[in-house]
Amino acid sequence: MSYIHIRGLEFSYINELEEPPVKNTVLKGIDLDIEKGEFVAVLGHNGSGKSTLAKCINAINLPEKGEVTVDGLDTIKEENLLPIRKRVGMVFQNPDNQIVATIVEEDVAFALENLGVEPKEIRRRVDEALKTVGMYDYRLHAPHKLSGGQKQRVAIAGIIAMEPDCIVLDEPTAMLDPKGRSEVMKTIKMLNREKGVTIVLITHYMEEAAQADRVVVIDGGEKIMDSVPKKVFSQVDVMRNLGLDVPQVTEIADFLQKQGYDISSEIITEDECVQALYRLLTGRDK
Amino acid sequence: MLKDITIGQYFPGKSPVHRLDARLKILLTIAYIVMLFMADDIKGLGVCICFTFMIYIISRIPLKMMWKSVKPILVIIIITALLNLFFVHTGTPYFEWKFIKITDKGVQTAVFMVVRILCLITGTSLLTYTTSPIDLTDAIERLLSPLKKIKVPVHEFAMMMTIALRFIPTLIEETDKIMCAQKARGADMETGSIFKKAKALIPVLIPLFVSSFRHADELALAMECRCYHGGDGRTKMKQLKLKLLDLWGTLFLIVFFAGVIVINKLG
Repeated sequence: MSYIHIRGLEFSYINELEEPPVKNTVLKGIDLDIEKGEFVAVLGHNGSGKSTLAKCINAINLPEKGEVTVDGLDTIKEENLLPIRKRVGMVFQNPDNQIVATIVEEDVAFALENLGVEPKEIRRRVDEALKTVGMYDYRLHAPHKLSGGQKQRVAIAGIIAMEPDCIVLDEPTAMLDPKGRSEVMKTIKMLNREKGVTIVLITHYMEEAAQADRVVVIDGGEKIMDSVPKKVFSQVDVMRNLGLDVPQVTEIADFLQKQGYDISSEIITEDECVQALYRLLTGRDK
Repeated sequence: MLKDITIGQYFPGKSPVHRLDARLKILLTIAYIVMLFMADDIKGLGVCICFTFMIYIISRIPLKMMWKSVKPILVIIIITALLNLFFVHTGTPYFEWKFIKITDKGVQTAVFMVVRILCLITGTSLLTYTTSPIDLTDAIERLLSPLKKIKVPVHEFAMMMTIALRFIPTLIEETDKIMCAQKARGADMETGSIFKKAKALIPVLIPLFVSSFRHADELALAMECRCYHGGDGRTKMKQLKLKLLDLWGTLFLIVFFAGVIVINKLG
């Protein structure tokens, strides 16, 4: 069985303010397998259920129907709650609402303190986590004086200090400026490549999704596509119909192809685009 | 302008007084209060005054802060002085007119009480001047932890304090933003009577209130994701350990305490 194993997952929110209560089904039977060490991006426009799906992975939301298991642990069982949250860390959109303490290093230590880790071990892991995200020099700063990207990296450090197998990031760059965004993306990729951490990145930036190993597209609570980024983005028309963009370079390639030029539509990075255009114009490889 | 507000009255510094263990500082402050009330004549109080000044100098807190700590209770001090002056009728009278009678004993008691209150306020303010709110919260949690046995939610109180302190700057920033947004929509917050100004604050307070609920909701979720499950089985990264410095601090107070007792016995 795969590391994160989701079968026939259904979930709905119930609005009890209405009379009679209104049931809003957000996830309608999702199957998804994520292996250890993978970097998966989840795409979908607002209200597609992608955040709800993320919260199902670490037992914040419990499945109404179907099952979700993490490392063989069923999320529906109460006694699995802490072991699952220890394995799957979660980073949210707004860094301000995730930081608990008034000093950076204290905040990074928060999860470990909750888990009852030995003080010496906490110290070691906090220092290591801060070094990993490149925030060690700021360990004694007050979080509110950091930039958005720095705060988000502190939030990530707070998660990796737990040494989880997997990190679920729910639009971690949505509130950041371009500089903060690239800082955070670099950190995420480094964690995946060097530390072998499984990453589930929920995003609506196509350029970010293009950096993943695999892209899952969700719409209306159902899984529409699940493949490598090239395959997903090359279906420009399907993506457009779902209200999603494709990376700019893919759009160019698609446009040129439709005009009758001989260019592959499986272009997702700028480098690939440069190569393809060079070949198109000169007939030679660069 | 709102960003400049400091939390509490903490003066960051690296003096020996700052570096004392916060728990010990609280206990020493209590001992200091006891010392003040043990001193039963002006000579004993002299020792206390001496002690207070020395601590201020060691901690490098500007002496004008003494005045700042006293200012809010100036009225109480004056009333205490007057009451003692007019209502202590023992001893030899200096001055008598109808029912007013001022005696040497009265003057002495008045001075004595005023000095005692001054020492009490300036001395105890040093605790908050030299300890950051977070350390203070932490120390209180640890000192009160025996109360957990009788089901007092000590950890929960401390956690609430910490989060409140953490969110003060965030909420201040947000207030600033909301105020700007309302001003941009033509809200007038600077002119008019006090009632008008108070009324103008309502459109600021309501969004602030709503957004603090949102903050609380998301923070609770993030805390849950980081395995928060109350105070049970929790450890702390920073172990407070008593250092040599703490021993010196305690000895320092003991010397003065002994001084007060000796003077009491002699006098």
